[in-house]
Amino acid sequence: MSSREQKAAEIRRLLATEGEAVSENARGFNRGREEATAELDDYDELKATARARKEDAIERLPELIEQVRESVEARGGNVYLAEDEADANAYVREVADGADVETAVKSKSMTTEEIELNEALGAAGVDVWETDLGEFVLQVAEEAPSHLVGPAIHRDRESIAELFEAHFDPGESLETADDLTRFARTFLGERIADADLGLTGANFVAAEEGTLVLVTSEGNARKTVTATDVHVAVAGAEKLLPSVADLGPFLELIARSATGQSLTSYLTFLTPPGSAPTVDFEGDEMGAPGDREFHLVLLDNGRFEMREDEQLRETLYCIRCGACANACANFQQVGGHAFGGETYTGGIAGGWEAGVHGLDSAAEFNDLCTGCTRCVPACPVGIDVPWINTVVRDRVERGADPSRFDFLVDGLAPDAESGGSLQKRLFGNVGTLAKVASMTAPVSNWLVQSTLGKWALARLGVDPRRDLPQFRRRTLRDWFESRGRTRVANPEREVVLYPDVYTDYADVERGKAAVRALEAVGVGVRIPSLPESGRAPLSQGMIATAEQAAERVLDGLEPHLDAGRDVVVVEPSDLAMFRRDYDRLVPERVDRLAANSYEVLEYLHGVLANGADLDALADLDGERLAFHPHCQARTLELAAHTEWVLEERGADVETTTAECCGMAGSFGYKQEYYELSVAVGEALSAELPEDRRVVASGTSCLDQLADLGRSPRHPVELLASAG
Amino acid sequence: MAGDVDAFETAAREVNAEVTRTTAGEFDAAMEDVLVDPAVGTPLPYHGVSLPGWVETDPSPSDLAAAATGVTSAGLGVVESGSVVVESTAAGEDPTSLFPERHVAVLAASDLVADVSAAVEHLAAVAGEGRDAVIETGPSATADMGALVYGAHGPRAVHVVVIEDR
Repeated sequence: MSSREQKAAEIRRLLATEGEAVSENARGFNRGREEATAELDDYDELKATARARKEDAIERLPELIEQVRESVEARGGNVYLAEDEADANAYVREVADGADVETAVKSKSMTTEEIELNEALGAAGVDVWETDLGEFVLQVAEEAPSHLVGPAIHRDRESIAELFEAHFDPGESLETADDLTRFARTFLGERIADADLGLTGANFVAAEEGTLVLVTSEGNARKTVTATDVHVAVAGAEKLLPSVADLGPFLELIARSATGQSLTSYLTFLTPPGSAPTVDFEGDEMGAPGDREFHLVLLDNGRFEMREDEQLRETLYCIRCGACANACANFQQVGGHAFGGETYTGGIAGGWEAGVHGLDSAAEFNDLCTGCTRCVPACPVGIDVPWINTVVRDRVERGADPSRFDFLVDGLAPDAESGGSLQKRLFGNVGTLAKVASMTAPVSNWLVQSTLGKWALARLGVDPRRDLPQFRRRTLRDWFESRGRTRVANPEREVVLYPDVYTDYADVERGKAAVRALEAVGVGVRIPSLPESGRAPLSQGMIATAEQAAERVLDGLEPHLDAGRDVVVVEPSDLAMFRRDYDRLVPERVDRLAANSYEVLEYLHGVLANGADLDALADLDGERLAFHPHCQARTLELAAHTEWVLEERGADVETTTAECCGMAGSFGYKQEYYELSVAVGEALSAELPEDRRVVASGTSCLDQLADLGRSPRHPVELLASAG
Repeated sequence: MAGDVDAFETAAREVNAEVTRTTAGEFDAAMEDVLVDPAVGTPLPYHGVSLPGWVETDPSPSDLAAAATGVTSAGLGVVESGSVVVESTAAGEDPTSLFPERHVAVLAASDLVADVSAAVEHLAAVAGEGRDAVIETGPSATADMGALVYGAHGPRAVHVVVIEDR
């Protein structure tokens, strides 16, 4: 099997075995987050404050480490800054040796997963028991976590019951979640009573007070500490904040972002050795608080390099809530066993794995981030997760070797990249390919659909089950020129309609409809020749090529901006380039374009709200529509404009909640991801009632929905009269 | 103040905690209703209020393990979230509120604060003195076994007794 076939087979297996449980849980968390954060009046302000505090703390990290060392040591505890996994494990082993530890109990900690502490202690003869019930299930099953917050969300009740019955032979039937919980509580209660060492992580560490804050629901972290005489907390160095007083916004946001709870059951503030007595079940004695030995192990393991890395630094602001995973349409279908590296899962895992385990681990799953951006508004500290994954992709690809099929792409690929996979270069250069295909249409379309064409494309990883776009000989601009350009004389407003690759060469009808709708409300239109936006190369991790494209687009558009013309965009992913991504690519030039570019329905809304005649657009009275907004349009909060215009014209509109259609540019065309793409698409399709006409705004969404047997239209096609 | 208690009660019930409102004079009767025998407890700091004599206030670990109820004071109540703040002392508020299946938290109405941020301000001072504390919101819970279950490792039930004239 080729590596693409292997990847496809693994995804197929996970879709079949874990997909259903993952989907129910991740989508449930995602809905919970949306509802819980909507209740906060000051959500955006809380996020901005949390973000600013993390930026400040990471900036001051060396200083905070010295401060926490002083505060912990002043109370008799120990702080150890561990360079890497081996260093951290050796330190904890030494502590265990010194205290003659035979059994340790541990509360949930991804950082100890990162360093594989259980294995290291096990090799030294210490039994470690996971006391978080999800982690306990995985320990028994010998599986890896599939989610940052809900490590066992890939398992349902029945599979846990089977696991426990087979492993423990409990002598009673364990059927309900209640039975299973009671059994685990009793079993682990005995281990907690026996244990000599309590291991915890920390969600936050306050440097000034030397306080650990643990965010939990079960109560196992507290028991782990209370019932043992030695407490070792292992935390990534990035968990430091200046003081307890800084925690407010994080505690307001973390549970809401993770699962939709307003708070978890326990927010535990431990300031070791603390003020709680130790509880010795074996000796049946209570001990004095001061009897507890404490070690704080702060882990570097690549974090200081991440701090110096302008692009990966943002990862260190992550509070590990898992919102980026829950909001991700791909994650919702396959979970962290596909969408994850050695330890971490979900979108932000791209940054974590690249930083702590290296690019190879991040490369394993990097393609699963399609750049749809739905995680961006979900992140409580505003991390641009897709950008991190784009940077990781660029670094992975620039390290890749040229291959023997280079000839298939080279002549058609005017990119600025060295190396990189041919599949990525093919999709990254789609602008040039579309131009050539259009000039040679319909021959190019026949060629692509031919056996030879499919063979060549399959070598490049294009799935033969997909129909490729049909390129038109007569482009949108050809049509526009032939009708004598705009038909509005002496317009008050004049716009540039951006001829994106898909609208210009393939979906020409939606471009014509956009021109007619704009003209109907009195707007003059120009369609100059403009280059591709850079979206395609950016999505393939070809950042240098995307930068060149951005410069060229600005060269072409700036004279129009100078003349006071707004820019109207049909393809939402290109508008997202102008408004979001160009800020990364051409930060010094982008402001004017970002402020003066509009999605076509957004622009129509603006003109109509300013008094243009609504009746100039087609009457949609009696139309029942199901509207799927493009993922990036959702992130830019554009859906409401389309809903407004359609409803004002009399349509009854139902909007989907699916985060993405699953096509996501080239993703759904790739052989290894075709089935995952279809699974995401089917989840969307299930939301679209058969008795409603489907409208969608993105090329990808339209192609995906058409492949799934629906007949979607762009909303502007319904609004424009023929002519 | 009564408005705060109302709001606290509503929020606490939303997170599946039970609430009893009483006064210092009626406190003993309220305790008889909410304590399940055997009970362990820690001293209450409110004027004219004390635990019934049959509650074990110097429990051994085996008493803790056998207790049906653990009763402690709550340093603060959080109106917005229905949480109580349990502060640890050598008397054992932490294990007493954690090991028995039922936690009874006794709260003075005058110790209500508006929201988590206000509680955090107070907790910064507690931490500065080297004391441990927990913001407890409803019973111990898990969804790791395929459905939501109360009583994971900590109490299955939380009952807040609010003394309205303290």
